[in-house]
Order: sequence, then C-alpha cells, then structure tokens
Amino acid sequence: MVDTKDSLPESKTSFWYDPAKRSILYQVVSLLFVGLLGYYLLSNTRHNLERQSIATGFGFLQKEASFEIGESLVAYSAADTYARALWVGILNTVLISGIGIVLAVTLGILIGIARLSNNWLVSRLSSVYIEVFQDIPVLLQLFFWYAFCYEMLPSPRQAIHPMTGIFLSNRGLVFAVPATHPAHRYMCAAFSCALIAVFFLRRWSRKRQERTGRTFPMLGTSLGILLFFPIGAWWLAGAPTAMSMPVLKGFNFEGGLTISPEFSALLMGLVLYTAAFVAEIVRAGIQSVNRGQTEAAMALGLKSGRVLSLVILPQALRVIVPPLTSQMLNLTKNSSLAVAIGYPDFVSVAGTTINQTGQAIEGVAMIMAVYLCFSLLTSAFMNWYNKKIALVER
Amino acid sequence: MKCFRLCAAAILLAFTICGLVSAGTLEDVRAKGFIQAGVNGDVFGFGKPDEKGVWRGLDIDTARAVAAAVFGDTGKVKFTPVTAKTRFTALQSGEIDVLTRNCTQTLTRDTALGLDFCQVNYYDGQGFMVPKKLGVKSAKELNGATVCVLPGTTTEQNVADYFRANGMKMKPVVIESTADLYKAYFAGRCDCITSDTSQLAGNRAVAPNPKDHILLPEIISKEPLAPAVRHGDNKWKDIVHYSILAMIAAEEMGITSKNVDQLLKSTDPKIQRFLGVTPGNGEALGLDEKFAYNIVKQVGNYGEVFERNVGAGSPLGLERGLNALWTRGGLMYAPPFN
Repeated sequence: MVDTKDSLPESKTSFWYDPAKRSILYQVVSLLFVGLLGYYLLSNTRHNLERQSIATGFGFLQKEASFEIGESLVAYSAADTYARALWVGILNTVLISGIGIVLAVTLGILIGIARLSNNWLVSRLSSVYIEVFQDIPVLLQLFFWYAFCYEMLPSPRQAIHPMTGIFLSNRGLVFAVPATHPAHRYMCAAFSCALIAVFFLRRWSRKRQERTGRTFPMLGTSLGILLFFPIGAWWLAGAPTAMSMPVLKGFNFEGGLTISPEFSALLMGLVLYTAAFVAEIVRAGIQSVNRGQTEAAMALGLKSGRVLSLVILPQALRVIVPPLTSQMLNLTKNSSLAVAIGYPDFVSVAGTTINQTGQAIEGVAMIMAVYLCFSLLTSAFMNWYNKKIALVER
Repeated sequence: MKCFRLCAAAILLAFTICGLVSAGTLEDVRAKGFIQAGVNGDVFGFGKPDEKGVWRGLDIDTARAVAAAVFGDTGKVKFTPVTAKTRFTALQSGEIDVLTRNCTQTLTRDTALGLDFCQVNYYDGQGFMVPKKLGVKSAKELNGATVCVLPGTTTEQNVADYFRANGMKMKPVVIESTADLYKAYFAGRCDCITSDTSQLAGNRAVAPNPKDHILLPEIISKEPLAPAVRHGDNKWKDIVHYSILAMIAAEEMGITSKNVDQLLKSTDPKIQRFLGVTPGNGEALGLDEKFAYNIVKQVGNYGEVFERNVGAGSPLGLERGLNALWTRGGLMYAPPFN
C-alpha cells in the first residue's frame, strides 16, 4: 500500500493527509480484522469439534425427542421430533412474553398515572410499589412467587373451591371453560370482522369530523360492535352452553383449563418487575409536557379527556415509546429465567435438547437466533408505531 | 505500512499459538499443580460440602484418589460444582480436567459427545420417591401423576420412556437446580420425584421428615455412574481409570488405610507389586511407583470410601448391592495390577 502514491500522481495531498482516503483505509482494516477474527473462531471451533469427534449439524432436529413437556399450546408427546419440541418451547415463550407485555404496560400506565395523582395516599403507595419492585432482582422475585405458589396453596385433594368449576391448589388454577364447539371458530371470525368494521368506522368518523366538525361517539359504538358480532355468531350457531368442568381424577384435575404455578409465578414476577419501570417511563413522559399546554387547551374549552388525548398524549408518547420498547424487550429476554422455576420456555426445552443430543453449539445458536428474532420483531413494530405517533411538524 | 504488516503478522501468530496449547491433561495438570474436578455440589453422599465447607462424598473421594495418584497429595484437587446441563460443556471446553459427578455412562455420551468414561464408581438405577401418605405402592399406579425431574439428564428420557411403555400419562415439572427441585417436591408441587435411587436416598436423608417418603420398588433403568474425561487423551484416561480400580483392588486384597503401612512389608508378590515395593506399575502409567499406596493410605479402599459416604453407617444407609465386590455377588472387579 506504500505504492498508492504512485497510482495517484495528480493528488496534491499525500495519502496520509487525505481524511477521505484515510477513513476508507481504517474501515478496510477494521473489516479485515473482524473477518479474520470470525474466520479464526469458526475454523478453530470446527477443528476442536473434529478433534474431539463431536457430531455436528442440524440433523438431530428430525429425531424423536423422547422427553415430555409440562405445558404446551399445541399437541405434543414424547414421540414427536426435537423440532416439534422446540416449537412448543417457542410458543410458550411467545405466550408468556405476549401476555406479560400487555399486562406490564397496562399496570405500568396505571401506576405511573397514580404516581402523579393529587391524592397523597395513592401517589405514595405507587412510589413505594415502584421503589420496592424496581430494586429487587427479578430472579429473586420469581423464586418468591414460585415458592408462594407451592408452599401456600393446598394439595389438589384439599383444593380451594370458591365456586362451581374453579379450583385453586398447588397444581395451579383450574377452571371450567366452554367445551370445544364449532361455534368458537365462527365467533373468532366474527370478531375479526368486527375489528375491520371498527377500523373503517373510525376512518369515516375522523373524515366527517374534519369536514363538518361534528364528533361521533366512537368508544361506545366500537365496544358495541366488538361485543355484538361474536355474541351474534354464538347465538346463530345454536348458542352452545356445554362446559368442560374440571374433575379431580386420580392425582390431578382433568378437564377445564389449567394455569400452572410455574406460569403464574413467572408472569407475576415479570409483570410486577417490568411494570415498575414502565410506570417511571410514563410518569417522565407526562411530566415532560409543559403545564402551560394543559392550561392553554383548557382555555380553548376542551374537555379534560380531550385535553389528554389531543394535547398531552401525542407529546408524551414521543418521550414514552422508545424506552417502553426497551422494557418490552427486557421482559421477553427475562422470560428465559423460566428455567429456574420450571416453566418449559424455549431456553428450557433447548437446554434439554442440547443435553440429550450433545449439540451445544447448534442449540445455543438457535437460542440466540430465536431471541434475536423476537427482539427485532418487537423493535420493528414499536419503531413503526413510534413513527406513526411522532409529532408531524409543519 | 510496515508497522501494520508487522501487527497483522503478530496477531496471526498469536492466534496460531492459542490453537496449539494443551498437550495432554497430565502435563497441564502437573504444570498448574492441581486437578480441577467437576462435581455435583447438591447431592449428599456423592458431592456436597459439609457444614464446615469441606467437600464430602463418593465422587469427591474419587477425585481425591486421582490427586493422590498424580501428586501424592489429596489436597491438590479443586472442585467446581457443575449442573447436569453444564457438565459436559465444562469438560469439553477444558474448564475441568475430570468429571466426577454421578454421571451415567451411555453410548451417545461416550461417542458423539466426545467423552471417555472410566471405571464405574457406583452402579445405580433410576427409581421413584413418593410421599408415604399418597398410598402408592408401585410405579405402575402413577398414571396422570405430576413428576419432578431434573433437566439435562438421562432421567428425563427414562421416565418418559417408562410412562409411554406402560401406557400412562405424566406431567413433568423440570427445574434446573437440584436443591430447588427437591424443595418443590417436598412442598408438594409434584406427586413423585424420579432420579437415581442413590440421589433420592441422599436427598431424603436431608429432608425435613425423611420418614414421610418412600422409594418405590421399580428400578426403571441402568445407571452406571462413572467419571469421564475428554475423548482422545488415553494417558489421562488410564490414570483416572486405574485410580478407581486401585481402590477396588485394595479391597479385594484386604488392604485398608489402617493396615497399608504394615503391608508394605508383606511378602506376597501381588501386594508388593500393587504397593510399588516392586516397581513397574507406576512407570507404566507415568506416575510415581507409590501411587496405589498413596490412594489407599490417604483415601482408603473402595469399601471404606463406600461405607464412609453412603454405606449402612451413613445417613443414606445404602446397601452394597451391585456395588459389592464380585466375590460377594456384586459387580466391582479389578483386573490384575501387574
């Protein structure tokens, strides 16, 4: 590269003093270095694996898993493949993260608003909540809730039975659900239709308001549509009322739906921990909007609900959404602590797979890829939302 | 630019050297001055520190025997507690030199996992423990039961196989830490817990009420528990292998930690060869001629080690059973030491 000078005879500044070329050189060198490092790691790993005669590849995914999984959203038995077992794990992780995010954000918003309340008791209680749950490591909280579930609750034979069809024991919460019926599928379809209808109604009402200034009672109407459509479908399908009742049979309850102690403890721990952070983010967002804005909006004669939705929230959300996204990602990643309390999430299932097959590198690579996908998808969605609500500057 | 080339060459050279370390485990161990052993850490009688923080157990004494053979000093071994899931990775990556962690020898582990298993130090089998008040007398009555089980063990697969073979259903609760798993079982989260019977007995011994739990008669698997080393290091494997066999051979010949000094003067050529009075064995293994003497003197013969840690006199109260010498109907059998 010393010869570069010769190839560029016209250049007046020497190679080293041209910032543009220098920066290209730095980038090429860094890229080379990263490439070499990657190559070294890969070839070294392969060499070591060969030396110790460890089998490699993803062929094991098609072999029989031959281990059971405690809870699953899809049909699974020990006779299924490893691929299926891992899929069960992924769904379990999606379930806990999805429900966890919705609950944590809802609870966090409530606590965050409560913290700003003028009521002394309400705002102090929320401060205490935030300080306590924010400052205890989430793993300890999980152990606490799990121990609470199995130490405090009675055995299935002495289950707490507050009303027909509900049993609470150290095997979890078991409750009656409507027995499977084709009507449920129609109800789901009707609900989707209702969602689409609400979407178009909203567009129409906004356009009308822009044109004529008349507002439309959106909230009541949408709720009505969302409820009426599925109920109508249920009624048209013959209004089935058969229930699947939980019955104590042998060791455990059969029938109904079971929420396991592991799931409850994990959900409780993750939601309470993350909600404390969300509450602080929401408080910061609301406080970031100048008090004068509220006063000005009120002076225009807007009702307090409209002040919040038209003036405060659009500005507060700009501050809230980016850190909120990172809390959602944290919750998803923290859900991998499930292994400690026995919830069969993806990491737990993948761990068993690694141990039975010995494919540690493939297994860990899959764990990383799955969490990366979850995180990228969540961020992509939240970035889209952030862009949508960002203040349009004119 | 010369400078850059030099740097690049230096970096490449450094990488090449990194790839060439570790000649053999014996040399590495001698160089650092101690053996790093991966042990359980949670199972009473096999590998767990006592109330004073001193490691105790059958697996611990096995690792100490290797240290006695290599260094003539049982103190030159450090213990790393590894979980069922991390143990093989720890061995493969060189974090530990030998794995003495009630680990079952299987074909896959011996081949595809890149391990080599040495002489079995405990013949075990998987069983079930249930609370007495459940009224269950046989594992065949466990249909629909919630079963506490450790992840990353052969146990998980065995129990699934057993329930499938008998047309029964089960719900596993899989918790990674042994201590947390047993806590959940003793609190009633599961109807039964399944593991190697030695482990069940060990954990029952430290339970709040040991008498409230019974072991079911069914043994659903063979679990030959053996120390493991990395595949391909034959010299190191021989050393671990013969350290255990030395304890068994000592019991066969009636040599104990008490009488070993007296027996140095024995005229029996077999004993003379074994204790290194007649040299040869040590040299063949690349060890001191007194390696077997050191093991028996400092750790004891297999019978002594068994009785001290898990035998009838210990809180576990296990019978010798399959672990008796072959002369007494067991499986413990040492090849000739010559």
